[in-house]
Amino acid sequence: MILEQTLLSKNRPSSPPVMFPLWKTLLMVVILVWSVLYTLPNLYPEDAAVQITGSSAAEDISDSLRSRVQNILKEAGVTFKQIELKDGSLLVRLADVENQLAVKDLLQAKLGARYVTALNLAPTTPDWLVALGAKPLKLGLDLRGGVHFVLEVDVEEAFTQHIRVYFDQARETLREAKIRYAQMKNNEQSITMVFRTEQDQKAAYALMLKSFGRDLVRQLDEQDLVTLTLVLSEEKKREIREFAVSQNLAAIRNRVNEMGVAEPLVQRQGQERIVIELPGVQDTAIAKRVIGRTASLEFRLAHRNQVGGSNTEVLPFKGDRQSPVTLEEKVIVTGEQVVNAQATFDEHSVPQVNITLNSEGGRRMLKTTKDHVGDPMAVVFVEHKQRLVEKKVGDRLEVAREPYTEKYVINVATIQDSLSSQFRITGLDSIQESSELALLLRSGALAAPMYIIEEQTVGPTLGKENIKKGVNATLLGYGLVILAMALVYRIFGVLANIALAFNVTILIATMSMLGATLTLPGIAGIVLTVGMSVDGNVLIFARIREEIRKGLSSRLAITTGFDRAFLTIWDANLTGLIVGALLFAIGTGPVKGFAVTTSIGIVISMFTSITCTRAFIEFFYGKRPLSRWAL
Amino acid sequence: MFLLPEKIRFMKIGRYAFILSILLTVGSLLSIAFKGFNLGLDFTGGTVVEVVFDRAIDLDHLRESFSEQSIDAQVQLMGNANAVMMRFPPAQATPQNSENAADKKAASMQMGGEQVVALLTRASPENKATIKKIDVVGPQVGDELRDKSGIAMIIALACMCLYVAFRFQYKFSLGALAALIHDTILTLGFFSFFQLPFDLNVLAAVLGVIGYSLNDTIVIFDRVRENFALLREETTENIIDISITQTLGRTLMTSICTLLVLLAMLILGGDALFGFSLALTIGIVVGTYSSYYIASYILILTRLSKDDFFKVVDDSEPFEEHFE
Repeated sequence: MILEQTLLSKNRPSSPPVMFPLWKTLLMVVILVWSVLYTLPNLYPEDAAVQITGSSAAEDISDSLRSRVQNILKEAGVTFKQIELKDGSLLVRLADVENQLAVKDLLQAKLGARYVTALNLAPTTPDWLVALGAKPLKLGLDLRGGVHFVLEVDVEEAFTQHIRVYFDQARETLREAKIRYAQMKNNEQSITMVFRTEQDQKAAYALMLKSFGRDLVRQLDEQDLVTLTLVLSEEKKREIREFAVSQNLAAIRNRVNEMGVAEPLVQRQGQERIVIELPGVQDTAIAKRVIGRTASLEFRLAHRNQVGGSNTEVLPFKGDRQSPVTLEEKVIVTGEQVVNAQATFDEHSVPQVNITLNSEGGRRMLKTTKDHVGDPMAVVFVEHKQRLVEKKVGDRLEVAREPYTEKYVINVATIQDSLSSQFRITGLDSIQESSELALLLRSGALAAPMYIIEEQTVGPTLGKENIKKGVNATLLGYGLVILAMALVYRIFGVLANIALAFNVTILIATMSMLGATLTLPGIAGIVLTVGMSVDGNVLIFARIREEIRKGLSSRLAITTGFDRAFLTIWDANLTGLIVGALLFAIGTGPVKGFAVTTSIGIVISMFTSITCTRAFIEFFYGKRPLSRWAL
Repeated sequence: MFLLPEKIRFMKIGRYAFILSILLTVGSLLSIAFKGFNLGLDFTGGTVVEVVFDRAIDLDHLRESFSEQSIDAQVQLMGNANAVMMRFPPAQATPQNSENAADKKAASMQMGGEQVVALLTRASPENKATIKKIDVVGPQVGDELRDKSGIAMIIALACMCLYVAFRFQYKFSLGALAALIHDTILTLGFFSFFQLPFDLNVLAAVLGVIGYSLNDTIVIFDRVRENFALLREETTENIIDISITQTLGRTLMTSICTLLVLLAMLILGGDALFGFSLALTIGIVVGTYSSYYIASYILILTRLSKDDFFKVVDDSEPFEEHFE
């Protein structure tokens, strides 16, 4: 308020013409030069490339591989620019974008399963720019082409798994305490126990409270005093949800890394969702197969002979190497409790896998194994899959996806000793097997199944089209605005236009430094910024004209114009920033890109329209009076 | 540059303009209520596929093939005879009495990328299709987005309102709020009336309009406040007229520059940004108009006067200014 009083009062003493301080000028020059340098990389088009990595860490990427690839390409008549050996992978730069996909498929076929090929866009930034830290902008999917998924974690399923374990434990606890029940049912999301007397029910509840106080909560039915229903507590549910999502996130990250895609994005979205972006990948089927292999692990007791009693299940062995195995239905420990798994060697240099469970898993494992030393224990791999099926819905036949589970045993080992949190699985055939098992245990252990709720594929041609359109629109828009400004504000207008150009370069350089991704709406944001950042200068120039008309000297008019307009510019732009923040909050991907460019653009435009333009004017006119052409 | 008269009598037609605005607003609301929106994929869920065939494709043939398999699809040409856009509805809601978990899960599945490819290969095996773009949005995502967007708009309006109340006097805040609501409703109404596709980008544009319209309004309010201090003797109506006239140059120039830029986007930006650019264009035109005839007119309606700005302590003492 005081600021406004001072500015608006007519009795302000006339201030001497302010010389533009030297330090400000220097700072400005530095910023402008930096912005141009950091924008330059975007002018160097990227090369279409194929990246080759080993499918496991053990694979050797060396010159011999390079010459092998060279031969393959020569034979197929593919022109390539260069093959680089860098960071443990081979980068084949192609001369032609058209056959990028074909070349990738060719190399994958010829090199076999030991290597993973991926599409890539390799930057061609000259070394001196790279040394300065400049690099081209990261492009979003709508400009690059690629695949985008949103997965939702089926938390209900995770709850069900836990209920199952509690069910078993509750049953045992009651048995040990010799409380008899008439019926005990597992309802997937709850456990119901029916007793003969109310007394039994109360005793049972007290016992449940003692054993699982924090995790299970009672649902009381006023009418029925012999029935006890237990559900998961909110606290436990929250815990399960958190763990399920973060565990799945880690597992997906591992799998995506295995795919060898360059610059993938795997991120949590909200409470229960995971976003995956794979630039350059075109085949959603392959991507989904890798990611969609949602699986979990179970450790169960097995029966040595094939005869089982009640509560048993017969499951096939993986790869049909051995005959089916009879297992207890009861699950001792799930993959969720596996904290770590390492493939190592034992004292006799035989491959084995060291497993670490968390404390809960350790407790359960101990309880079971101490009574079953010498018995076999199996590791069961549970895969949640989907298949296309014709289903009758109403009176129509529809193609739909049906989920189903596939379970098979991946390993059976004899329990040598009572096990708790740390134990080993021995008797593995080879290093391969132990590595695979360890990997499966580490990353294959999904706490809960996931379903794809959103998916987007953008073809590479569309990506290029979008870039072209965006750039053209920006150029045309900029051209029109330059014309308008020059016509209306003459030389001042031209100076403002130069500042506007720097506005764009600073914007791009900032985004480059922040690592922000450019999307099509982001380009729209840049175009809009060009139009709206003019506003600042228009306000200033309008004020200056007014002051001149009122009779102020030109120097004073300039100063007053810049000063008085500042507040208005500040006010007006603040609202733009608020909208930007809101859009960032509610928007997804592309809209977020727009919010980012607009917000940054607004902040920068305050700098360029005030400081830069003023500096240019001072520099250009110095102390000279303003001619007719000036404004 | 131009020699403008000292003041243009904008507020003379203030009453008529205000009535026109009210009519347009009511009309827009009616359209939104009864005609609704042509909601895009982001809000409805479903699958949209853009495909380019090697040769010109017979749409009826495609449509037949789809209906044979009981697949509900909208098929249309995009640009030239080879390019086709197909739209599939979102997944059905779970059947009412379905106890089976598998049924529930199955009902929630919907057309995915590879399914479409399979369908197309089956429908036209000789004419190869290249996928340009596939968008699959699950129904629950669509619903969520609708709700989030509605809330975002309300929050935006509330924030702006608070901001203006904070920076200016509360009567200004009323004017600003009325103008913003007016702009939002008219822009939405335009899209509703002409059934233009309404997706997340258009919504972003509407939020952008809210910010931009307020820009305009603030510049005028700023001048009005300044003039109240400088021109003690004038009536409110005159002060507003003068303020608007003084800021006319700037308002016109900024609007023109932004519209030029939007024109560039409309012409060259392609389909993806068309809705967005159009929404912004309409919003800016309406927004400029509303800054004059809604925001400023309400200042007159609420009888803004000198008393709202300063308290005169004593006529004989030197003038002391307080701002409320």
